[in-house]
Amino acid sequence: MKVKSVVSKAYLALILFVLYAPILFIAVFSFTNAKSLGNWTGFTLDLYGSLFSGATSDAQSLLQALKNTLLIAVVSSAVSTVLGTLAAIGIFNMRGRKKAAIQFLNNIPMLNPDIITGVSLFLLFVFLHISKGYLTVILAHITFSTPYVVLNVLPKLSQMNPNLYEAALDLGASPMYALRKVLIPELRPGMISGFILAFTLSLDDFAVTYFTAGSIGLDTLSTYIYADARKGGLTPELKPLMTIIFLIILIFLLVYSIRVSKQAEKK
Amino acid sequence: MAKNDFIIDIRHIKKSYDGKTVLDDINFYVRKGEFVTLLGPSGCGKTTILRTIAGFIAPDEGSVLLEGKDISQLPPYKRPLNTVFQRYALFPHLDVYDNIAFGLKLQGVPREEIDKRVKKMLKMVSLTDYEDRDVESLSGGQQQRVAIARALVNQPKVLLLDEPLAALDINIRKDMQIELKEMHAKLGITFIYVTHDQEEALTLSDTIVVINEGKIQQIGTPSDIYNEPCNEFVADFIGESNILDGRMIEDRKVEFIGHTFDCVDEGFGCDTPVDVVLRPEDIYIMNKLDGAQFTGKVKSCTFKGVHYEMFVDTDNGYELMIQDYNSFETGSVVGLFIKPQDIQVMHKNCTENVLDGVVVDENHVRFLDGKFECNVPEGLCSGDEVEVSFPFDKVELMDYQDEGDAEGKVYFLIYKGDHYHIDVKTSSGLHLLVDTQDVWDKEDLVGINIAPEFITIKAKQQSND
Repeated sequence: MKVKSVVSKAYLALILFVLYAPILFIAVFSFTNAKSLGNWTGFTLDLYGSLFSGATSDAQSLLQALKNTLLIAVVSSAVSTVLGTLAAIGIFNMRGRKKAAIQFLNNIPMLNPDIITGVSLFLLFVFLHISKGYLTVILAHITFSTPYVVLNVLPKLSQMNPNLYEAALDLGASPMYALRKVLIPELRPGMISGFILAFTLSLDDFAVTYFTAGSIGLDTLSTYIYADARKGGLTPELKPLMTIIFLIILIFLLVYSIRVSKQAEKK
Repeated sequence: MAKNDFIIDIRHIKKSYDGKTVLDDINFYVRKGEFVTLLGPSGCGKTTILRTIAGFIAPDEGSVLLEGKDISQLPPYKRPLNTVFQRYALFPHLDVYDNIAFGLKLQGVPREEIDKRVKKMLKMVSLTDYEDRDVESLSGGQQQRVAIARALVNQPKVLLLDEPLAALDINIRKDMQIELKEMHAKLGITFIYVTHDQEEALTLSDTIVVINEGKIQQIGTPSDIYNEPCNEFVADFIGESNILDGRMIEDRKVEFIGHTFDCVDEGFGCDTPVDVVLRPEDIYIMNKLDGAQFTGKVKSCTFKGVHYEMFVDTDNGYELMIQDYNSFETGSVVGLFIKPQDIQVMHKNCTENVLDGVVVDENHVRFLDGKFECNVPEGLCSGDEVEVSFPFDKVELMDYQDEGDAEGKVYFLIYKGDHYHIDVKTSSGLHLLVDTQDVWDKEDLVGINIAPEFITIKAKQQSND
């Protein structure tokens, strides 16, 4: 009995270690100055300092890539939240075969390999003579994240009392007013989770961004790190940046799950 | 047309979905201040009519008139009508006060006026001091009160109620019925009420519109509908009844269950087949046999609270349901009596099945989506359109659909004292009437067979050239 519980605990610990060791490794070595990875030359916050001050040209490009990534993620996820929500309302009000067909079409881009989405968008932009840059990357990100928003909003629509929208119209609200004041508040949880999903998808997308960014030197974190790694050796400031991103996500998740469990207690 | 006090006038409304007719030429009017109930089984089209009046559904044909003006083209938010929905449809993110004030704010009513009217409404629905409550924390009954207040606060010309009490417990339902009736009397607003509950309809309404299969069956006051149902469906749907096959011998004389009775109906002609409706409380039952019109033997007697319900086999072998304040012993022979004015005589819609068919070969005709053997008269050849007729009691229903030449589903059935009268509906919506001794239930899937010698084939009147 006792042996069994020791073994199962050890097994759990091993799995958790394997899962988190790489992140821990980066986090630990973000606090040292050694040029080659894995060497410990004493605790220092130098790398954090040079990351934020942009001391080296590498750190500057890294910061620029971070800014690009965030800008693209915010704009594309905001636009796809609006588009996806409207599309979900449209799909929900369709009937029968048409509804099934549109839902099927909505699922294809999600299952489609990124590389195919990337290459086909690349060819489309070339064909349409749209010069590649921010616009094309944002358009591409909207393309692949909108279906996820649709998928997050649709269940909220089916949970909703079907008469709510009609009740608003009945009381004299125009369709626009009913959408803003009655429908959107009901769909908000689905829209928020759709937005978060679209945001994270955009953050770590590589394949689509790589093919639609063009050659004007527009880099997001993923394409910058890829190019950096190919040049040989990663920019040292990458380690503190990764650690910070991981910490932000960790804090966000903690706050979120505490809030959810508090809400569950209330009910 | 002369000026009238119709507030709502429904004219020739038709609606179909995917080729299926939901509303078939609906016509009725509602007087100002009236309490009108649309009554029918689920899926009969009553809610569709209400939604057409509210403006959520555009009819394929016909128009809705409000105070003589055609409002068919107006969107719902421009119609001065308000709806109470079955599942309340309160706005969950707003509190009680804001839910009720929703319509007034849209109209731009000043703040103090809104405050006054919302408070007055809350008082009327007995929810004073509930202003700040979260609507989801309220009970079903309280939510429906808020929904009623939210609609009435706008002082609509007509209040539309879509089965507002269907989701509530029976006790709350009874209380709410009384409250609704009081509100109607106090406010003088016209109510159009949809329900499938015949008791609710009889209790609340000034006028009842009975609907089945997208068609109006009868319009009348509750007592008209109860005492003088115009067809089998209405008689069976409203209250309990004995429905029997009968024959009008002459004016004021009708024959059924093997006896001749005096009645008050005229104008049916001589020797005409009719349906007769007897309410169970209108058959007088007594222990002495002299003075009785006919006799019977009590088969069962059940206590129902206020009255006893008895099934009695008459001297000619018909079964009648009788309700009386006194109980009669099972097995005892009783005298029975029916007053002339309690006999309701109705026209029969048809006395045999008449259907369209197409000749297949000299021994077969296709109708009811099946191929039947029969004697095709000389001169008719394959592909000719014909009229097929056969009696109700020559149809045989089979347990398994594939045992029949055609297949259908039992749609409606009534017991006629000594046999069942069954309406069978095929998948393409055709109806077939069957008289049989066999017991079937609603929704039973059946095969349909018809003995060839009883099928009559006639060429259609219209000539091909």
